[in-house]
Amino acid sequence: MTTFKQNWLGLVMIAVLGITVAGCGGKDKVRDDDAFPTYNEDDSNAGSTSGIDTSRLNERGLKGVESDDRRRFLDPNDPLSTRVFYFDFDSDRVRTEYMASIQAHAEYAKRRGSRVRLEGHTDERGTREYNVGLGERRAQAVQRLLAAQGVSASSLRVLSFGEERPQELGHDESAWSRNRRVEIIYERQ
Amino acid sequence: MKKYLLALLLTAFTATSHAALRIEVTEGTTAAIPIAVVPFKGTNEDGEADIARVIQDDLGSTGLFKLMARDKMLAMPGARSDVNYKNWRTVSVDYLVVGQITSTESGYSVRFELLDVYTPDRVLASFEIDAPRGSLRRAGHMIANRVYEALTGHPGVFTTRIAYVTLTRRAGEIQYELVVADQDGYNPQVIARSPEPIMSPSWSPDGRHLAYVAFDIDRGLAILQVQDIGTGKVQAISAREGINGSPAWSPDGRYMALTLSYHGNPDIFIFDTKTRKMRQLTQNPAIDTEASWSPDGQSLVFTSDRGGGAQIYQVAASGGNAQRLTFEGKNNQRAVYSPDGKSLALVQGGGGYRIALMDIKTRAMRILTSGPLDESPSFAPNGQLLIYTRSGRSGAELATISIDGRIKTRLTQRGEVREPAWSPMQ
Repeated sequence: MTTFKQNWLGLVMIAVLGITVAGCGGKDKVRDDDAFPTYNEDDSNAGSTSGIDTSRLNERGLKGVESDDRRRFLDPNDPLSTRVFYFDFDSDRVRTEYMASIQAHAEYAKRRGSRVRLEGHTDERGTREYNVGLGERRAQAVQRLLAAQGVSASSLRVLSFGEERPQELGHDESAWSRNRRVEIIYERQ
Repeated sequence: MKKYLLALLLTAFTATSHAALRIEVTEGTTAAIPIAVVPFKGTNEDGEADIARVIQDDLGSTGLFKLMARDKMLAMPGARSDVNYKNWRTVSVDYLVVGQITSTESGYSVRFELLDVYTPDRVLASFEIDAPRGSLRRAGHMIANRVYEALTGHPGVFTTRIAYVTLTRRAGEIQYELVVADQDGYNPQVIARSPEPIMSPSWSPDGRHLAYVAFDIDRGLAILQVQDIGTGKVQAISAREGINGSPAWSPDGRYMALTLSYHGNPDIFIFDTKTRKMRQLTQNPAIDTEASWSPDGQSLVFTSDRGGGAQIYQVAASGGNAQRLTFEGKNNQRAVYSPDGKSLALVQGGGGYRIALMDIKTRAMRILTSGPLDESPSFAPNGQLLIYTRSGRSGAELATISIDGRIKTRLTQRGEVREPAWSPMQ
């Protein structure tokens, strides 16, 4: 137990090591857009193609999108601007209202040869690892639709966070409904 | 109902002073054992630790003892020969802990005796140990273990540790930390830190390693890795596409059960840490995850929604058909075996999520907590209580509950604390 105290400095270094291995080495570079999705509250031209405030999305997930194309992803009237798909409780069925967007993403990804990551999320109810499984199912549902539109399987990947990265922090249905989602991330090539 | 407030101030050991856990007994027992822990006689020049206070706080945190306040003590004997038993009887104390500390070259010599006030000849427990400098708290925990065992019949867990994940939000920045601390919240050590989630810490049976899940966002991967707590060395176990989660060590430490989904859906796999070979244990298109080994290493329980909702299933460690264990409740998730292998602690859902105990033989289910968002139960290694996560005023916080459901404590700190994992006996 004595070594406990003596080891402490060593443990600080371990923490540093942990960071590297946990894959956050490039902390300063990626911090801003890789933080929890943030929304620009004073964006006044909130329009929507699907009832979702798509225009409020920031540029998270657009690292792999060429700068000339970003305008499209940020234009609320373009189906590409919908990059978060919400799900019903306990469901991995993609709502029909998102089909046009998914098709647009498929066409874009095919044309540009994009690498797309689908991040699956759940609300906070239920256990964490089980929710990782549920989040993966949601992401796979979107993945299948993109593949069905001809996007090559090798350019699609799925990553589930379960309930670990909520978009809203509340403990009610309005927060939960925003947390059950899949986000399309265009990975850097 | 008793209330102890043990304010645990952490300054000397770590820069992460915010990691201080404060233990508060929120529900105790009326049949608490009256005991006095007399301040130890002798030198303690550097003021390293008030050993009697450590013992008193340990016993107090269990809710099983009624501790006499120091200012009510009529005398402060340091050994049995100095005790006036009659006086202690008049103040309704049943047991007495007395002791002394003497300085030695390398630190201290610590002696203690546990005395029965009504049977003056009896020494219920005692020892004399050499405690190197810096280890007085540890010596206090060891004494508390002996006192607890002598008076309750169960081994004490005051020398054990807990691992947990904290989440702090500061100016839009999120930070996850994996922390290992003494079971009383002292000596917190951050062993991993990341802006991405850290999940599912699991102790190796020797208490030297933690397996957990981290995310490498640049590579778009979840990584299941093992970290040596002493050296900090990290080893990746699996970073396949999809899920790499739910680590659980076999009782002999050789194997690790984990959840992988690279083949399309989450199934339980067994990783052999010696040969580094991976073997698939379950094969079902449903979600199979959250494995826990029986203490004899012969079987595992896991969560699966193969029958519709999530329920607990059991499978032999060698494989074969899984058998459904839970039928009561809308869903049941993340079961863990009790140290004696006779019951499971799990999360039961349906109008809130609560911690329940199920007797494996009779299948009788007992709900222990009231929800609404309780999760991550982990048994103390003596099997007498569980630590788990509940939603508190400022997000998730840790709590403990005795297996009879009567004694409850809260462990709070700034920010969110989650996914507690109680270490093996140490």
